[in-house]
Amino acid sequence: MKSILTMSRITELFEAKKNILSIYYTAGYPNLGDTVSIAEELERSGADLLEIGFPYSDPVADGPIIQASSKDALDNGMDLKLLFEQLKDLRKTVSIPVLLMGYVNPMLQFGVENFCAACAEVGVDGCIVPDLPMIEYEELYEPIFTKHGLSNIFLITPQTSPQRIQKIDGLSNGFIYLLSSSATTGQNLEVSDTTEAYFSRIAALKLNNPTMIGFGISSKETFDKACQYANGAIIGSAFVKSLDAKNVKQSVQQFMKKFKV
Amino acid sequence: MSYFVNEKGYYGDFGGAYIPEMLYPNVEELRENYLKIIEDEDFKKEFHQLLKDYVGRPSPLYLAKRLSQKYNANIFLKREDLNHTGAHKINNTIGQILLAERLGKKRIIAETGAGQHGVATATVCALRGLECVVYMGEVDIKRQAPNVARMKMLGAKVVPATSGSKTLKDATNEAMRDWINNPVDTHYIIGSVVGPHPYPDMVAIFQSIISEETKKQLIEQTGNDQPDYVLACVGGGSNAMGMFYHFIDDEKVKLIAVEAGGKGVDSGFSAATTALGKEGVLHGSRSILMQTHDGQVVEPHSVSAGLDYPGIGPQHAHLFKTGRGSYVSITDDESLQAGLLLTQMEGIIPAIESAHALAYLEKMTFKGGENVVICLSGRGDKDMDTYMKYFNL
Repeated sequence: MKSILTMSRITELFEAKKNILSIYYTAGYPNLGDTVSIAEELERSGADLLEIGFPYSDPVADGPIIQASSKDALDNGMDLKLLFEQLKDLRKTVSIPVLLMGYVNPMLQFGVENFCAACAEVGVDGCIVPDLPMIEYEELYEPIFTKHGLSNIFLITPQTSPQRIQKIDGLSNGFIYLLSSSATTGQNLEVSDTTEAYFSRIAALKLNNPTMIGFGISSKETFDKACQYANGAIIGSAFVKSLDAKNVKQSVQQFMKKFKV
Repeated sequence: MSYFVNEKGYYGDFGGAYIPEMLYPNVEELRENYLKIIEDEDFKKEFHQLLKDYVGRPSPLYLAKRLSQKYNANIFLKREDLNHTGAHKINNTIGQILLAERLGKKRIIAETGAGQHGVATATVCALRGLECVVYMGEVDIKRQAPNVARMKMLGAKVVPATSGSKTLKDATNEAMRDWINNPVDTHYIIGSVVGPHPYPDMVAIFQSIISEETKKQLIEQTGNDQPDYVLACVGGGSNAMGMFYHFIDDEKVKLIAVEAGGKGVDSGFSAATTALGKEGVLHGSRSILMQTHDGQVVEPHSVSAGLDYPGIGPQHAHLFKTGRGSYVSITDDESLQAGLLLTQMEGIIPAIESAHALAYLEKMTFKGGENVVICLSGRGDKDMDTYMKYFNL
């Protein structure tokens, strides 16, 4: 049993709150220097958890909006070295859990050990790396993540088999990212009977880890709907789309207003 | 040392299946079934029947006499250019469409660069009556208009990839996104020995007919199935893997893979992946790719759209790293000159891709009497525009 003192920010959040609102955005977008100020503004506006995307040239799991923000961020000059510099003083102003999300190749080039060490140093709580296979994580990287106290967040889809879900649950610490459907990011969530059956099926598995629903959440209605089936939900494309390069703070506040209870 | 895939989907340090969870069930279904299906007698019979009656196999192994005289060696050309649709690509699409049918898939997607793989996919979809969607970079759609028209006439839907550089790499991304969004009824026919395991192995097996036939034909023509050298061009590397396949374990046979040097390896306009790349992950496998310090994929350049790819298949990366294969490069200019030379000495207009392999003969020295096999992977009809502009024809 972990004591309260060593409990991670993520675990603490899930123990304390329901209907957790997590926001994804791309580091270095819309302007190169916006990374930390968006985080601060999101926390002020009521976000519970942040996923900061580190951009990649070939984001195959993403739809047009996050593809475009990734490209703009790269054109702006974002890379992992700069991102960690920007996040150096993150924990002076941001107290909610922060995850980094991105593809495996930039992480490999940075070095997984260096990457994890840098995350721990700036106070990042975990990672979501969609194209890092579970088996590689288990065999090669889990000890490194554990050493640096980082959570690794896995995805599951309606097509993921029950055996695989159990395995993912065993390897997870933090939460599990439940995709509303097998889809690239940025599409609308339509909760059909089959989606509902899938969410209920997952709920019935009584997993050890909490779950967050992502992909297709864009409004208060879809957020509330998702919260019926999970501990919370993740908004990505809809938030990224709403960012206004000239009035970043105001556009964050404007977007978050919709989610105030 | 094994040069083939292990049970984990790796070739030495390369390979694997670096895919998002959304693709896992599709790829896993393939992994569990591909060898069972390929080794099934009924499948084999249908595959070989179609290769014979529809594709026109075996393709000839032609001793190019005038070229042989010029280079002082016996130069054999494996004539994949004579296949139906004009290149080796159809060997793989025939295999994969039969496999897709056996998996109960109703819809086929593919990526294409120059359009050769797109045409080969549209062709087999027409043949079997399956829906076909081909992703092609917007830039390539403009420079390969005749192939776009062929695909449309064959009933395929050609979807422009408008992200990134709008070429082959981006068409591949779009095809992968389509597959994520259509996880149940769709099969993705990847055109090269790239992608997550089991694609590199599966495509290599379908293309291995090239070297299987070559060995038999060499016995017939020379009494010896061990050539001294085997050469092929490499983009992703499917014709090369087919040409190397049955020679890989015979270390007396030297394997030479010719990459596209573009305007020169150090010019900033090149697709010479092994010279310029580093180890990393692209399109689902760990291999060698052209990338920045930060792991962003770099845009390649080659006069030949079929070689214009920033990576190579993981098995090639393994042959390169272990030294089993020699990986060399040829510039745009050298390849075009070699294309003209073959045309005027042997009456064969080669695809510019294949001309890269031919061009490397200029850099080799022979004692006389060596047997050299070159994979003539495709015909040059699709490249006439480029040849016309370059030689003012």
